[in-house]
Amino acid sequence: MTNRLDQHRGNYLPPSQHHYQSTASEKKLATYWQSNLSLLAKLIAVWFVVSFGCGIVLADWLDQFSFFGFKLGFWFAQQGAIYAFVAIIFIYSWRMKVLERRFGVDQEGSS
Amino acid sequence: MTTQMLTYLFVGASFLLYIGIAIWSRAGSTRDFYVAGGGVHPLMNGMATAADWMSAASFISMAGIISFMGRDGSVYLLGWTGGYVLLALLLAPYLRKFGRFTVPDFIGERYYSKAARIVAVICLIFISFTYVAGQMRGVGIVFSRYLEVEVTTGVIIGMAVVFMYAVLGGMKGITYTQVAQYCVLIFAYMVPAIFISIMITGNPIPQLGFGSEVNDGSGLSVLQKLDGVLMDLGFNAYTAGTKSTIDVFAITAALMFGTAGLPHVLVRFFTVPKVSDARLSAGYALVFIAILYTTAPAVASFARLNLVDTVHNSSYDQAPQWFSNWEQTGLVGWEDKNDDGIMHYSAGSDNEIRVDRDIMVLANPEIANLPGWVIALVAAGGVAAALSTAAGLLLVISSAISHDVLKQTLMPNISEKQELLFARLAAAVAVCVAGLFGIYPPAFVAQVVAFAFGLAAASLFPALLLGIFYKPMNKEGAITGMLIGLIFTFSYIVYFKFISPQLNTSEHWLFGISPEGIGFIGMLLNICCALGISKVTSPPPIEVQHLVDNIRIPTDAGTAHQH
Repeated sequence: MTNRLDQHRGNYLPPSQHHYQSTASEKKLATYWQSNLSLLAKLIAVWFVVSFGCGIVLADWLDQFSFFGFKLGFWFAQQGAIYAFVAIIFIYSWRMKVLERRFGVDQEGSS
Repeated sequence: MTTQMLTYLFVGASFLLYIGIAIWSRAGSTRDFYVAGGGVHPLMNGMATAADWMSAASFISMAGIISFMGRDGSVYLLGWTGGYVLLALLLAPYLRKFGRFTVPDFIGERYYSKAARIVAVICLIFISFTYVAGQMRGVGIVFSRYLEVEVTTGVIIGMAVVFMYAVLGGMKGITYTQVAQYCVLIFAYMVPAIFISIMITGNPIPQLGFGSEVNDGSGLSVLQKLDGVLMDLGFNAYTAGTKSTIDVFAITAALMFGTAGLPHVLVRFFTVPKVSDARLSAGYALVFIAILYTTAPAVASFARLNLVDTVHNSSYDQAPQWFSNWEQTGLVGWEDKNDDGIMHYSAGSDNEIRVDRDIMVLANPEIANLPGWVIALVAAGGVAAALSTAAGLLLVISSAISHDVLKQTLMPNISEKQELLFARLAAAVAVCVAGLFGIYPPAFVAQVVAFAFGLAAASLFPALLLGIFYKPMNKEGAITGMLIGLIFTFSYIVYFKFISPQLNTSEHWLFGISPEGIGFIGMLLNICCALGISKVTSPPPIEVQHLVDNIRIPTDAGTAHQH
């Protein structure tokens, strides 16, 4: 166990101390992080809109529309937002897999 | 066979199953004990997380709460599911990459300070103990209702079972029992829900039946009819809320951010093999949770409609069978105020019917005329829901004590064997303390469980979030933030709930936000203070900044090209 932790610590050293790392790969990792952040921003925005937006703030206005026997705002608050949450997580999971592969930071075979 | 015997049989069989799993999955190392060896399949972890998450309250009480709150009940549905998005997107993958054992582990390392670790331990213990007390009580209540034993006996039996698998198996034992418990509880929840849905609407899928027409030939949908009958009786329309928008917003936010900051949920994501598994696993967990959480509001509306339809204005001699059955337990009652022998239900003072919210789930099998084995199944499901959550909470408490307080702070020289022994001892003590809370419940327990979320939102969530996404965050900022968030939220709740409960109305609340939602403001305060203080104090040391870089990349940045 201690060994594993020590190894872990070693990895926190400045990247420049690892001779096999170049600025190019640092740049690549920075781009990876930026892509992750922009994906996150979009999905968190959707999360906010379906729950706090459609389910709470806009719910009274949405209630004038009927949706499969529900008032739309009520449906978002008690059903729709939950389905959207599930979709958001799976979309994120799938998009991140793609990103990781593109930037060579997926863990396949490296563990 | 009588229902009573079937219930003993089902609950007994489920206990044997849990104990069998515990013996099969004994923990051999601290890594097994704290994070199940780190090799749990994401789908299994999703089920375990769902069982861990859904407590006796979700199983027994939530549909009833929504049934009586109508639209306002949405705060629980949104709040207790939306947090998983935050968890999957903002926390779980990075904590998995960090790859240690506990939540205070992350806070202690990221903020390079024992003080930060101890503050995190204090937040964790406070949150988890308030939560676990309610669970043990839940175990006792389920036992007493179905097996007709004393609540105390029920709590002791529950303690003994949790003791077996939590102390023996640690996280490993808990994970696999939770998988079994999830299967039991979801089956037990869905069977009566499906039959009630068929009975009221003819549609076997409750989520669709919820929006369908009632099959009484009136041509009205369930919700239209419910709005109509409730308004006739002087209640608010079911689909209209009474809480102010800002309060609904704040409560939902506090529950969501709190969910994402709950240690016993976070730690589940330390157990999967890879970073990508942590994201996927949170997705599976939410699917498994959503099955129950989208069914509950449907059950809530069916049960309320059924209550009005079959009980209101019928004479007491012709009361439905379930009503008289449950009258003996005191969960429903009738008082003939005007001596006409007719049961009258209304929002006013002439109401003659008393209904406990839990009845909405407990009596479902009888309302739908289902056989005795379904009632026995619901009993086993309720026990599974309460035990799984209690075990998960007890485990994070014991890991925080043996790992964060003893190994990392007070006794750094103990061996792994000793640490494992301390972990088991801590779990044993925690089970007993939780059991005592169950037998002698502090009067405030029921009120406080919801506040565990507010405290988690105001203390742990911001420290974790900023630790991952804001590299310049330093220990001064994080510790001050956690303390301010915790103290502010705690004082607000204690003031309105215990010191001056008579002032607990919207005109006295800060910005019209109730104590249930104040954790959201506490969280914002925490973040503002943390950012402000980190600007005027020295930045974190260079190794910590590299730690942050490291957790942001799924592979070990340095080793990726080494093979």
